[in-house]
Amino acid sequence: MDTTWELYEMFQAFLKAPSYHLALEAFLMVWVLWLIFHKSYKPERLELTEKEKEELIAEWKPEPLVPDSSKNHYALKPRVVSGALGKKITVNGTECLNMGTHNYLGLIDSPEIKEAAVKGLRKYGVGSCGPRGFYGTVDVHLDLEAQLAEFMGVEEAILYSYGFSCMPSAIPAYAKRGDVIFCDEGVSFPIQKGLSASRSQIVFFKHNNVEDLERLLLEQDDLDKKNPKKAKVTRRFLVIEGLYMNYGDVCPLIELLELKKRFKVRLFIDESCSFGVLGKNGRGVTEHFNIPVEDVDLISACLDYAIGSYGGFCCGSSYVVDHQRLSGLGYCFSASLPPLQSIVASVAIDVLKSKPELVEKLQKNARFAHKELQRLTKLLVCGDEVSPVKHLRLAADRAEAQQLLEQIVDHMQEEGVALTVARYIDEEEHLVPPPSIRLIVSAILDEEEISSVVSLLEKNSDTLL
Amino acid sequence: MALERRKNGFVQKSSNGFIYPKNSPKRIKLDDKSFEHFEETPLYVAILTYLCYAVLTIFGHIRDFMRRNGLVESHSAMEKDRKGYVPLYHSFESFYTRNIYRRICDCWNQPIGSVPGAFIDVKQRVSTDKNWHFKMTGESIRVLNMGSYNYLGFAQTDGPCADAVEESIHHYGVGVGSTCHELGTLDVHIELQALVAEFLGVEDSIVFGMGFATNSTNIPTLVKKGCLIFSDELNHASLVLGCRLSGAVIQVVKHNDPIDLEKKIREAIISGQPTTHLPWKKIIIVVEGVYSMEGSIAKLPEIIRIKKKYNAYLYLDEAHSIGALGPNGRGVVDFYGCDPRDIDLLMGTFTKSFGAAGGYIAGSKKLIHHIRIHSHSAVYANSIAAPIAQQIVSAMEIIMGKDGTGIGQKKIQQLAWNTRYVHDNLRKMGFIVYGHDYSPVVPVLLYVPTKIAAFQRILMERGVATVVVGFPATPLVESRARFCMSAAHTKEMLDEALKVIDEVGDIIGVKYLQHKMNKS
Repeated sequence: MDTTWELYEMFQAFLKAPSYHLALEAFLMVWVLWLIFHKSYKPERLELTEKEKEELIAEWKPEPLVPDSSKNHYALKPRVVSGALGKKITVNGTECLNMGTHNYLGLIDSPEIKEAAVKGLRKYGVGSCGPRGFYGTVDVHLDLEAQLAEFMGVEEAILYSYGFSCMPSAIPAYAKRGDVIFCDEGVSFPIQKGLSASRSQIVFFKHNNVEDLERLLLEQDDLDKKNPKKAKVTRRFLVIEGLYMNYGDVCPLIELLELKKRFKVRLFIDESCSFGVLGKNGRGVTEHFNIPVEDVDLISACLDYAIGSYGGFCCGSSYVVDHQRLSGLGYCFSASLPPLQSIVASVAIDVLKSKPELVEKLQKNARFAHKELQRLTKLLVCGDEVSPVKHLRLAADRAEAQQLLEQIVDHMQEEGVALTVARYIDEEEHLVPPPSIRLIVSAILDEEEISSVVSLLEKNSDTLL
Repeated sequence: MALERRKNGFVQKSSNGFIYPKNSPKRIKLDDKSFEHFEETPLYVAILTYLCYAVLTIFGHIRDFMRRNGLVESHSAMEKDRKGYVPLYHSFESFYTRNIYRRICDCWNQPIGSVPGAFIDVKQRVSTDKNWHFKMTGESIRVLNMGSYNYLGFAQTDGPCADAVEESIHHYGVGVGSTCHELGTLDVHIELQALVAEFLGVEDSIVFGMGFATNSTNIPTLVKKGCLIFSDELNHASLVLGCRLSGAVIQVVKHNDPIDLEKKIREAIISGQPTTHLPWKKIIIVVEGVYSMEGSIAKLPEIIRIKKKYNAYLYLDEAHSIGALGPNGRGVVDFYGCDPRDIDLLMGTFTKSFGAAGGYIAGSKKLIHHIRIHSHSAVYANSIAAPIAQQIVSAMEIIMGKDGTGIGQKKIQQLAWNTRYVHDNLRKMGFIVYGHDYSPVVPVLLYVPTKIAAFQRILMERGVATVVVGFPATPLVESRARFCMSAAHTKEMLDEALKVIDEVGDIIGVKYLQHKMNKS
């Protein structure tokens, strides 16, 4: 009974309804039906036939594996050195005074080191034939690690077989995706590789500019305050060099340390150029500024330069360093340093310890050379007084400067001084330093030799420019 | 014989010369040289292994709990003076290290006190705090060395190589202190690079001071964004790192499986780059010659066929194969009798067969010129030290027979004979041995993580040094021991070692091979 009544009412309502209402209802009804029954949009699947696939494969032509390289590139006609790279070197048959290689303390030539190397050879052979894990740990490696740790006044040191692979292995061992690394924009190439291997967020600050770093750290601090949950798990690092390879200047460590402590960032210092060079005993930049070494989280350095051997090391507290023994790629998966090179490094450290006057002489020479080089009117000497790495730059545009500097180096070589233009891969560098002659002062030079080199430089730069 | 092997239940990925592709229309019969053994893990062993890990993990958590609550002393290094800093690494990252690896870590990093020749002096260590710290006792034991990659026995303290190296030390010193773009190119480098090219039968070569870095710093100079890399799933960490740093897209292919490779290459060329669908700029296949963990040898002829068919480039890492494979010691290329010019990049290291250090890349002049100019290692890293280079030159000349003594050829033959001899005998004893009969590294499967420690320790006690590897270097259930062959071993030494290995295998019960091979 009720139902019929309702149906009747509905019919009445239908009759009374205005026509626009009916039109709308009809439209909605049609739309609902359309929505239900229309075929959902399916793009036509582009199924390629076998023939088309074959055609695509046949059509694909790759780029050549490598582009043609210019036949005149300097790397294809390297200057060949025959004999030791000591105080004197023979470049392309000409004997020259060596002011181009990083033999800061002049240890490469020293007879006691050669003797130790031969002894090592006769006991251990040349190669270690295995990574550290698999019988590639020779007792002399452990000795050297202990010696380095003791020398630097830290708990532990870890030895790498290649100086270039220290930082690229150490940085990604700690810094992961999501972490933040503050880095000086003037750092050398191995550090840049470490940064990109870490996949962390990289924030570059202006070279040796503490204010700029402070600004960036404050920015990060603001971000952290907005998202404290994320900040709690975001590791923050500060990566710098003790003495900059590409600029020859010392980092402002005291100010940087203040910031490090204030913002609680981890400080990693690459001391490749400052180890065995700065400080009273050659312990590097921490000794130079008289700062307790524990304040720095990790120090790395290569053994190629002042030490005159091969490879590199990282050092710091056991908590930090030990982690690399399983996480440092270049440590775990690479053959260890040939024992004889390890022995050479050990002996060199002994020399460094017993003859601090060597370091003193180096610093004295560096200061003297700096003063002398300031005599030059055409070339600008860059870097700190105390640094044995001096960059001589020109006020000219890049290409022109590069060419002129190469000419100066060539002339100097003809007159018996081996120098080198600093080499970079321009397209790969974060910030290509301006072209320069990288002149290196060593402890085995005397003041007369330095003066005569500067005079020659003056003569050559004056005639060329 | 074939039936016997079939019963062992090898996995399909690498069968006895035949590959039965599921999706490929063709059946490929590979040369008999590609035969490799990969027996399946017996079920009961797999269960035992998982059980073992379960027990270790439970105990690990209990110990962690106790450490946290000060019930037991914690030996792990603590941070000092860094309050408020975000921890440098997470504790879960090191759960495995702390609770499993630490218990057996005396099996690795044992210091040696001699040349890694046929015998080594292993320095004895003791730990009073459950392997957290070691103290040297000052004593050492002399054991047969089956753990160093001294394939051709050039790890020597005397003989023509060592004499030449001594002379080189006197002449050049040990350090270089410059890169080869600046003042670090020595005449001995030029000699070495020419010799490497001659040895490998290609136009030119370039050498670097570290094998790891040869891969990790040079792959980025060859491939960039928009390129595609096909990388074998078991490639070495250095190759993986190099590929990652390059910025190219990386596709992982199944281990030593040309069919998977071909399938993926076809798909990649057809579909182009992801999202943009632009064609790939270039495709490069990255493989190793010998995989030291598996003992497998790359199926090079198949890979070369694929590479040529699809216009891809081939990067071959011969770290473990150069010197150790082939009738002339020229690596996997020589082993299969392939043309070295079919491989675009030949890479290898000098650490293993040559008893030195460093690595090379060899190939066409054009390629090497490009690398010489753009390689990160060539521009920024110190060039290889003269005495090390001299060792390589001397060893390579001996291998090539340039010294006129025939010692090189003898070494190559001795290594090949030793390898076969050990392979055959281990299988006859009932061990599961992975890989190729000619692989100079012989992996023996132990599966259970506690057994790897027992195997290593007891063998060491009885005078044989070997290398054991477990997770994470291998899959979780496939822990193994590896015996490294060397031309420095004589048959008598190997017989003695095999006898010991046989005994130890019985003691700890790792002879898992269910169907022993006939003596035929």
